[in-house]
Amino acid sequence: MLDIKDLRATVGDKEILKGITLTVKPGEVHAVMGPNGSGKSTLAQVLAGHPAYEVTGGSVTYDAEDLLEMDAEVRAQKGVFLAFQYPVEIPGVSNAYFLRAAYNEIRKARGEEEIDPMSFADLMDEKMQLVEMEGDMLSRSVNTGFSGGEKKRNEILQMAVLEPRLAILDETDSGLDIDALRIVAHGVNSLRGPDRATIVVTHYQRLLNYIVPDYVHVLANGRIVRSGGKELALELEARGYDWLLEEAVA
Amino acid sequence: MSSSIETLVNREYQYGFVTDVDTDTIPPGLSEAVIRLISAKKQEPAWLLDWRLKAYRRWLTMKEPHWANVTYPPIDYQEQSYYSAPKSVTPLQSLDEVDPELLRTYEKLGIPLNEQKFLSGVAVDAIFDSVSVGTTMKAELAELGIIFCSLGEAVKEHPELVEKYLGSVVPHSDNFFAALNAAVFSDGSFVYVPKGVRCPMELSTYFRINAEGTGQFERTLIVADEGAYVSYLEGCTAPKRSTNQLHAAVVELVALKDATIKYSTVQNWYAGDKEGQGGIYNFVTKRGKCAGANSKISWTQVETGSAITWKYPSVILQGDNSTGEFYSVAVVNNRQQADTGTKMIHIGRNTKSNIVSKGISAGRGQNSYRGQVKVMPKAEGARNYTQCDSMLVGNECGAHTFPYIEVGNNSAQVEHEASTSKIGEDQIFYLKQRGLSAEQAVSMIVSGFCKEVFKELPMEFALEAQQLLGITLEGSVG
Ligand SMILES: Nc1ncnc2c1ncn2[C@@H]1O[C@H](COP(=O)(O)OP(=O)(O)O)[C@@H](O)[C@H]1O
Ligand SMILES: [Mg+2]
Repeated sequence: MLDIKDLRATVGDKEILKGITLTVKPGEVHAVMGPNGSGKSTLAQVLAGHPAYEVTGGSVTYDAEDLLEMDAEVRAQKGVFLAFQYPVEIPGVSNAYFLRAAYNEIRKARGEEEIDPMSFADLMDEKMQLVEMEGDMLSRSVNTGFSGGEKKRNEILQMAVLEPRLAILDETDSGLDIDALRIVAHGVNSLRGPDRATIVVTHYQRLLNYIVPDYVHVLANGRIVRSGGKELALELEARGYDWLLEEAVA
Repeated sequence: MSSSIETLVNREYQYGFVTDVDTDTIPPGLSEAVIRLISAKKQEPAWLLDWRLKAYRRWLTMKEPHWANVTYPPIDYQEQSYYSAPKSVTPLQSLDEVDPELLRTYEKLGIPLNEQKFLSGVAVDAIFDSVSVGTTMKAELAELGIIFCSLGEAVKEHPELVEKYLGSVVPHSDNFFAALNAAVFSDGSFVYVPKGVRCPMELSTYFRINAEGTGQFERTLIVADEGAYVSYLEGCTAPKRSTNQLHAAVVELVALKDATIKYSTVQNWYAGDKEGQGGIYNFVTKRGKCAGANSKISWTQVETGSAITWKYPSVILQGDNSTGEFYSVAVVNNRQQADTGTKMIHIGRNTKSNIVSKGISAGRGQNSYRGQVKVMPKAEGARNYTQCDSMLVGNECGAHTFPYIEVGNNSAQVEHEASTSKIGEDQIFYLKQRGLSAEQAVSMIVSGFCKEVFKELPMEFALEAQQLLGITLEGSVG
């Protein structure tokens, strides 16, 4: 589904991704862990097509197509979703209006009809319940004045509505209390299926108790320095990252 | 991304076509003789001709103002024609008699004048160059005693009202462009809503410049008698031409005791091409007087067109407890320049004014907000709140703010808040990541930015305004 080969990327003059290779198959959940500044968000943003990052080498194939050739909105229309580490505020644009516009664009790209407002309202009711959000979240401006936790839950709501094939969650768990964490995990798990895949970027093992990964990768200094099963996360929790970094340097 | 943007940049101004009609046009040049000719063509009474001539003589002594933050080559006032009318339009004709070519023009502009086809709940006066082509819904309005017709017609049918109020808010000597307008004004709309009547539909005027080398100098007068209410809309378009055209209009509003006037504009005159060739010079004087206690005047404007906009819809708050409002969205792209804002003059006690200005600059556009809040010594308890936000799209445009605040009464409260933001790459990326195109993203972000103003517009206009905004900004990201 997603095939990343020797991916290199820079921001400004600085090389941040220094050759990433990673394969994600349908139905899988991959966790990407690693210290601050190691390039996790950069990887996520490059996959989503953020224009500030320049890809300087390597390739990314998504469903047999060259992902890097696609505009960001085309990637989204083809089912790539990024839950942002820092969701952006759009003052004056209601969450409902924004979500319906996004939902319809994605439907149009798939050759489907736009949804009528009534059916969309029903869909929203269902999805709001899934992420245990209150109705007024829909009439509020996108992320504007939202608390950190509300922003993260709003990302999951969007994911639940847009039903991506490949979801990339960038530290969606940071700053969440245990209840919110459970809600987020529930949102992600409800979307799991044989056709879909998820990349979960996280700092903490605890999210992985709820979203159990098939693989865990450790990113350090722009490279994947170790990959393993879910037990790798537990080891990291116990030992920290330093031993891996030392091994990587050695 | 860039290919889709290029197609959008090259998209034509939708209203840029020219209607081929025989016109009765006075040759270029301005003199007392020309003014007498205009007045004669309109079969005006002597008092009005005298007023025009007084204005003309005053204008000769005045200098074109250059304090606004706009630049343009000198205007040769002798090169303009001051009157142009389709020959097929005769005074006081009914809508059935309107030249089909003109009806087609308005259909193309999305303004069907055919009564059956027209949007319910809106009455329209259509002004084509210097004359009114026709007014819809007149009979329905007349039943309530509401007068809605062209100013030319009002001069004939209701001279006492026109003579009483014309120039009562914007005197013939007010400023250079207002004096020019008073001397040569062609047509415009006239509205009178009698005591205690709430006008049940939106009244609207649609201005169309067609002839080349002709200035448009319309003049609109709206009077709401005691306790009356009226909501009025104005829309404007012009053909694409490589030369600049002068548009110097005057709008006067009078709200008597307990009356409310809501005046909305969606201005979409031709803005010139990407290099700044052609476009309308929109030099307009709009002013309302809250003459009676508890009256209210509210201006809402969405300015997307014109090469240059020079416009300060103002309110004189004379009556005690009267309210003045100004809600504005001004967008400039490519080489457009806008210097716009408002004046709120607090004279009566407990008068209130509220100003919300949203300026958006893209391309190499320059956008200035110029606002005056003046509290006179007797305006006990006056209050003003001003919010002035600018948004920049790209690096080559500019936003400027010029607030002038004069407070002559200690009990007054005047608050001014201003902000400037840049449309963020991160905002655009966020929306694109959800499947929206760059254009949709910009349009959504800007609409959100303008929300407080759009919500003041009547429904159909709000949608149109939002679309216009999107079209004006097309090609501004990339
Ligand atoms: N837009 C940017 N401009 C400049 N430096 C950046 C930018 N984005 C990321 N970086 C730098 O790249 C490195 C990796 O950052 P990031 O991918 O956010 O790491 P992580 O998500 O693993 O904490 C850091 O040194 C960070 O400062
Ligand atoms: Mg990060």
